[in-house]
Amino acid sequence: MELHQLTIHELQEKIRGGGASALQIAESVFSRIDAVEDRVHSYIRLMKKEAMAAAVRADEQIKKGDIQPLTGIPVALKDIVCTQGIPTTCGSHILHQFVPPYNATVVEKLAAAGAVFVGKANMDEFAMGSSTETSSFGPTRNPWDLERIPGGSSGGSAAAVAAGECIASIGSDTGGSIRQPAALCGVVGMKPTYGRVSRFGLIAFASSLDQIGPFTRDVEDCAIMMNVLAGYDPKESTSVRAEVPDYRRFIGRDIQGWRIGIPGEYFIEGIDPEVSAAVRKAIETVRQCGASIVEISLPHTRYCVAVYYIIAPAEASSNLARYDGVRYGLRTADARDLAEMYEKTRMQGFGAEVKRRIMIGTYALSAGYYDAYYGKASQVRALIRRDFDEAFTKCDAILTPTSPTPAFRLGEKTDDPLQMYLSDIFTISANLAGIPGISVPCGFSASGLPIGVQFLTGHFEEGRLLQVASAYEKSAAVEKRRPSL
Amino acid sequence: MDFETIIGLEVHAQLLTDTKIFCNCSTKFGASPNSHACPVCLGMPGVLPVLNKKVVEYAMKMALATNCTINPRNVFARKNYFYPDLPKGYQISQYAYPLAEHGYLMVEANGEQRKIGITRIHMEEDAGKLIHDDNNPASYVDLNRTGVPLIEIVGEPDIRSPEEAAEYLRRLHEILVYLEICDGNMEEGSFRCDANVSIRPKGQKEFGTRTELKNMNSFRNVQRALEYEVKRQQYLVENGEKIIQETRLWDDAQGATNPMRSKEEAHDYRYFPDPDLVPVVVDEAWVAEIRAGLPELPQARRERFVNEYQIPAYDAGVLTSEKALAEYYEEVVKLCGRPKIAANWVMGDVLKFLNEDKRSIRECPIAARSLADMIGLIEEGTISGKMAKEVIADMYATGKTPRGIIEEKGLVQITDEGELAKTIAAIIEANPGQLADYRGGKEKLFGFFVGQVMKATQGKANPKLVNDLLRKMLAE
Ligand SMILES: [Zn+2]
Repeated sequence: MELHQLTIHELQEKIRGGGASALQIAESVFSRIDAVEDRVHSYIRLMKKEAMAAAVRADEQIKKGDIQPLTGIPVALKDIVCTQGIPTTCGSHILHQFVPPYNATVVEKLAAAGAVFVGKANMDEFAMGSSTETSSFGPTRNPWDLERIPGGSSGGSAAAVAAGECIASIGSDTGGSIRQPAALCGVVGMKPTYGRVSRFGLIAFASSLDQIGPFTRDVEDCAIMMNVLAGYDPKESTSVRAEVPDYRRFIGRDIQGWRIGIPGEYFIEGIDPEVSAAVRKAIETVRQCGASIVEISLPHTRYCVAVYYIIAPAEASSNLARYDGVRYGLRTADARDLAEMYEKTRMQGFGAEVKRRIMIGTYALSAGYYDAYYGKASQVRALIRRDFDEAFTKCDAILTPTSPTPAFRLGEKTDDPLQMYLSDIFTISANLAGIPGISVPCGFSASGLPIGVQFLTGHFEEGRLLQVASAYEKSAAVEKRRPSL
Repeated sequence: MDFETIIGLEVHAQLLTDTKIFCNCSTKFGASPNSHACPVCLGMPGVLPVLNKKVVEYAMKMALATNCTINPRNVFARKNYFYPDLPKGYQISQYAYPLAEHGYLMVEANGEQRKIGITRIHMEEDAGKLIHDDNNPASYVDLNRTGVPLIEIVGEPDIRSPEEAAEYLRRLHEILVYLEICDGNMEEGSFRCDANVSIRPKGQKEFGTRTELKNMNSFRNVQRALEYEVKRQQYLVENGEKIIQETRLWDDAQGATNPMRSKEEAHDYRYFPDPDLVPVVVDEAWVAEIRAGLPELPQARRERFVNEYQIPAYDAGVLTSEKALAEYYEEVVKLCGRPKIAANWVMGDVLKFLNEDKRSIRECPIAARSLADMIGLIEEGTISGKMAKEVIADMYATGKTPRGIIEEKGLVQITDEGELAKTIAAIIEANPGQLADYRGGKEKLFGFFVGQVMKATQGKANPKLVNDLLRKMLAE
């Protein structure tokens, strides 16, 4: 097997054993990129020069015996996390020339852990989308079928891991933007508890929902990444001072006697039959691991999408007000006065989906509508959160499909925002409740498209989430396929 | 028609923290443009606010000093609007859940003590400044002021006259400065006031249509603007015209209020809780700690001065108008034990010198110890009150001690009875005519002899002794 196809822990063994250098690993990844990137388009910007220099530095460290958790591991960054001195676009024309003078906290942490940054991965503009089609830099394609979307908004990050264009990557998840593309690209993707991973330097979409998390090739790699990413950050007020365990310890533990909750509300009509079958099989696998299956109810599930599409656009309408052409980013060339500068800059800088959500959000917060929309949505959000609190008194983890369908075709849903929004129907609730969730591959459709299963646990229970995911992964032993690119 | 005036004031006070409310930038005034601005100040993508705890503590001090109830859980909210001096496109303020509510202040105006309610006190960030280029069609943005902490003190519409409004403002200002949480500089904008004003026929319950007044940068201007606006509204009502609800700007030179262009109003701020900040939780222990750290407030101190030092209310008012002045006075009293005399010297000479030089009491060259010593020297008769006037001027000019000045100038009072008697005898002898007239009943001539003695002694003679001796010797 080539180096770019391996997992973090496999590469770590090679590095320790002298079987591969960081430079060889980086070269393998970049030669893979040379071979497939023009077809997949995972990246907005590659950082080959920086990556090679970082790999050389990593090899020096390795020689000294100073091996950090990610030393020499090529990692892709969703272009929503700020990188000092390197353009960070958020997939938007309005930021196409923006160069941050600071690093996101996760970038600092990954760099300190020895990661080699491969590039800035493609994404839906401002993370608003479920297909990576709203990117101002063109869509990313699903490595399993280039006519299909990779999911979104972190589609570039998911595709890069699936296509061998990096070993692991960073995404952000506001309503499913890590878990849904992970499922559609056949990789592991985790959204940690809100407050677990610092949001400092993550360009905000909906601040109360956004959370950074990893894409990896297996659950153990996910634990390795979480060990680096998790932790309190004094630069972020909503970051939580909770103890961070060694997540790797949870890998390989059994789930004997666990109660796995199956929410009836998530097994609805309209789910693709192949997805439904694959997830039912996953339930069976979990039972065979010694867990008991309990039926639970999350009664407010049917309001999740509606609540999300009020709260997220409302916050976004405010978060995106700063892109006004005054201080950085795009400024229109032909404005006669201030009002025109604002209007034209934003008209030219934002794409259709971003404008749609700014308008929805502005409306939901307007005088006379606030109580009916934002106010009511916040109340229902509290009920959704309570649903989960109650559910977790009856079970240790919840199992659901990640996405109602496998990857759909490019352009299939671009003209129908509502259909697009329903792609996140099973993932949104975790963001609204702030709980962690993970998507793990659970099989393939007849046409060879990956399918994912989602596990959810209570707040700050990422360890137990990794435990159930890894126990499932091991027991399911889903066939190891690679996309034929 | 007899009208009643209804006024409510909104005050913004900049807090004197070293750093800004949501980042570590300096709050210092007057630095070169944008030198105190970081990515948080600039509202760059992905950066986040972190609350400066000092801001909460300062705001709590003001809340407790104005009898407010502190909300155990208060929430920052975003006030959304576009303006180039507002980098994020929203101001972080407080809305539905402010820091404190339901306070009041006792205000005396027109000989009447009244309770003026305080609706709420909340924390927020200041905006930046625009600098317009007169020669170019361009404006520049200076973000040094962005994120400087403010508290907004929203008053109830309890004020009934422009004088009372000015007095309420003076009391608020005095407390802020006393607490050392605001420098109170109105010209630089660290203490700003907007006013809502309406009138209604006496006896009517409903409020009239109000106007909002802005751009008044002194207590005097607040009073003038309100007086103008009340007259304007009365004129409109009396002439059957309608008052329009609008924002009006005070024009100092013109002495009038004018409507603001309506385009600049009518905002829908779309307030909602700021998801980047957690609610501020204030427990009882924290409130108790802040309360325990509060200094004696001006009103309480005034009452204490009247009772403890037996000085007139007027004097107590002057001496407590500023915290440092009150402390200076108390130090002098402690050292000399003469409250009324100390009050006279502080209010008379010391303040006169300082006012002439536009200096604050903190910059006073006369140490409290020196002033106390000087009062002691008068009491023991070493110098006369008249000599003291000269001594204190010198103390102010040089910062020297009174004893040093007295020695240097040879100012010690002649209190030696024998020596003085000799001088008096010589004067009587040299003026036989006046002596005869005096003895013949022209008693006014006593003053002539006093003058002669003072002249001969260069004013150093103890006046009481001169009087006693002269009376005795002239009668002989
Ligand atoms: Zn700053």
